[in-house]
Amino acid sequence: MADKKKKVPRAKMPEQDPNVRRRNFKEVPLGLEAETAIAEAKRCLQCKKPLCVDGCPVSIDIPAFVSRIADNDFSGAIGKLWERNALPAVCGRVCPQEEQCEGRCIVGKKGEPVAIGYLERFAADYERNNGTGGVPEVAKPTGKKVAVIGSGPSGLTVAGDLLLKGHGVTIFEAFHKAGGVLVYGIPEFRLPKAIVANEVAALEKMGAKIECNNVVGASVTIEELFEEGFDAAYIGVGAGLPRFMNLPGENAIGIYSANEYLTRTNLMKGYLFPEYDTPIARGKNVVVLGAGNVAMDSARTAMRLGADSVKIVYRRSRDEMPAREEELHHALEEQIEFVLLTNPTQFFSDENGRLTGMECLKMELGEPDDSGRRRPIPIEGSEYKINCDMVVVSVGSNANPLLTNSTPDVSLNRWGNIDADPVTGKTTKKGVWAGGDIVTGAATVILAMGAGRAAANSMHDYLALGW
Amino acid sequence: MAKIVNRQEMAQGTIILNEIKAPRISQKAKPGQFVILQADETGERIPLTMADTNPKKGTITIIYMVVGKSTARFRDLNVGDEYYALIGPLGMPTHVENVGKVVCVGGGTGIAVLHPITRALKEAGNEVTTILGSRSYDLLIMEEQMRAASTDLHICTDDGSHGHHGFVTQVLKDVLENNDIDLVVAIGPIPMMKFCSLITKEKNVHTLVSLNPIMVDGTGMCGCCRVTVGGDTKFACVDGPEFDAHKGDFDELAKRLASYLDDEKQSFDAYKNGNAQKTGNFDKT
Repeated sequence: MADKKKKVPRAKMPEQDPNVRRRNFKEVPLGLEAETAIAEAKRCLQCKKPLCVDGCPVSIDIPAFVSRIADNDFSGAIGKLWERNALPAVCGRVCPQEEQCEGRCIVGKKGEPVAIGYLERFAADYERNNGTGGVPEVAKPTGKKVAVIGSGPSGLTVAGDLLLKGHGVTIFEAFHKAGGVLVYGIPEFRLPKAIVANEVAALEKMGAKIECNNVVGASVTIEELFEEGFDAAYIGVGAGLPRFMNLPGENAIGIYSANEYLTRTNLMKGYLFPEYDTPIARGKNVVVLGAGNVAMDSARTAMRLGADSVKIVYRRSRDEMPAREEELHHALEEQIEFVLLTNPTQFFSDENGRLTGMECLKMELGEPDDSGRRRPIPIEGSEYKINCDMVVVSVGSNANPLLTNSTPDVSLNRWGNIDADPVTGKTTKKGVWAGGDIVTGAATVILAMGAGRAAANSMHDYLALGW
Repeated sequence: MAKIVNRQEMAQGTIILNEIKAPRISQKAKPGQFVILQADETGERIPLTMADTNPKKGTITIIYMVVGKSTARFRDLNVGDEYYALIGPLGMPTHVENVGKVVCVGGGTGIAVLHPITRALKEAGNEVTTILGSRSYDLLIMEEQMRAASTDLHICTDDGSHGHHGFVTQVLKDVLENNDIDLVVAIGPIPMMKFCSLITKEKNVHTLVSLNPIMVDGTGMCGCCRVTVGGDTKFACVDGPEFDAHKGDFDELAKRLASYLDDEKQSFDAYKNGNAQKTGNFDKT
């Protein structure tokens, strides 16, 4: 039987044509049709000891949801996903499955792994478009109240898990819309905002209260939340402060942090200006500094905003680029140019302070550094100029001290990230947990969700049994 | 939430006061801190330093000049209407202590920002000389409140319609000549702050200014509000908005404030012509 299954090739995700999509904000992958999804689900071997589940940071029962799709039981499939994951439509889109579930898939040992991510997305989309609008069933109320600070992927996971267990949950969000990086950071063409809103609405149906426009740390402190009657708190406020290159001329008009560029475009909908009031510059010759997923998001956004040319400028080589392979592939398809082994040294601007270009140095790779990647070394005398009217700096972020300054008894590491137990997420302050980028530094959506899951389990134990 | 409970027009209708329901913010806010407001879901996020707070009533007061579409949309909100978003208090509060003799210089809507700072400095025991300026007397705001918050008050008008005929810098120079001043706080248009700063630098008097760069989130997340202070890049939203005037790069700030001038004009013109989608409001000016 397994032999027969091997003959079916892995489903291909239909996508918008690169030449069309590079100028619009519609989602790039179009999603699987039901028949394709069923055929793909049937490729699963239903392993007795499924390695894919070990590869999933939130331990979704992957064989169970996949077998339900294979049996044409789509609502059964979403039910199985919801048991472990409150955000399947998001994870099906943005998880690096190749390093996780699909990376462990036995079918993948001799061929292409089962497209678990596509199937997760299919089940979630099918439910959203054709389902009953049902939500996971919650346990009897425990009377306990939990404050979740930050409505990004880790906060939403904590909220979903604790709601399921019958606890009251209030989510505090500094922005005017819930979703954190899912709404301000990840672009519409990769994760439509209506999908995030739908997942957040499901949590509200399960009983979550969402208080937007509340900057915990500024508007109210965690201590005051306890005084107001909360029994526990989870800090999932993200990484926060964008890093710049600290080079001469970096405050020229036209140089954005990736955070600003993406927030203006996604959350504030600058791409719809003037229908929306927040403007976003439309660079003609755009350079993105950095090579992670956020850099690819920025580059592909610039292309959609009408750029003539978009370059990724990166100081190492193609092999060291940290973005997911799929993101690199999508970027190349959309005619984003990779300028590798190149590092900027200064920026130039005109008399009005507007960016006109940057000077770069060529690099070569030396011995491996602390990160295990070969260290880039400048080639002396290799300076040259790149003309550009926009630069998006996408080289990571540091911990934002706004919240942690207001909670001195939550101790931090030397980078300002919260010192939380790696297993439980407990901080040094009683009743307070933390997870996601504020603990780890900038990482992925699913790792933040995994941290949320672990913290929620520990918080549930605390609410039932004590610290 | 964020309901407007009181609204006044000042300076011939060019400047608007809104007192807004914001219980949490009103309890926390200190002089020098700001809020970010958004008129509705399609609106821009606009930072405004608070002109006053009333913790008992649970309200804050903002005062702004109508300069573009976003402030025009704020102007078109009436008593009883709500802002779509209001967050705060943001930024570092003014460091208030008794240093002796202080001069507070204000121009335009900067006077509103200066108001709680002046009051706090006087309450801390300082002798506070306040110098306010405007183009003409009918455009001057908060004269009475500022008089009450100061030990003594000078008015300057560009056209001579009241008080000293000329700029605040001339009066500042006189006051510095004749008194031993320990601190100057100057808040107003960039040229005013820049020239006050040049004068006080000559006299070596510590001077604070409140900078107003463009912001998006206001919590340190985007870096839009970066300003150069003493050669270093600072984020006005979390490191400021107040900085040592003698270290500030006012020319860079002025240029960065002009980043979106064309877009802003397009937006405001469309709004004035009644073409703005969704609101359908017409400009009253």
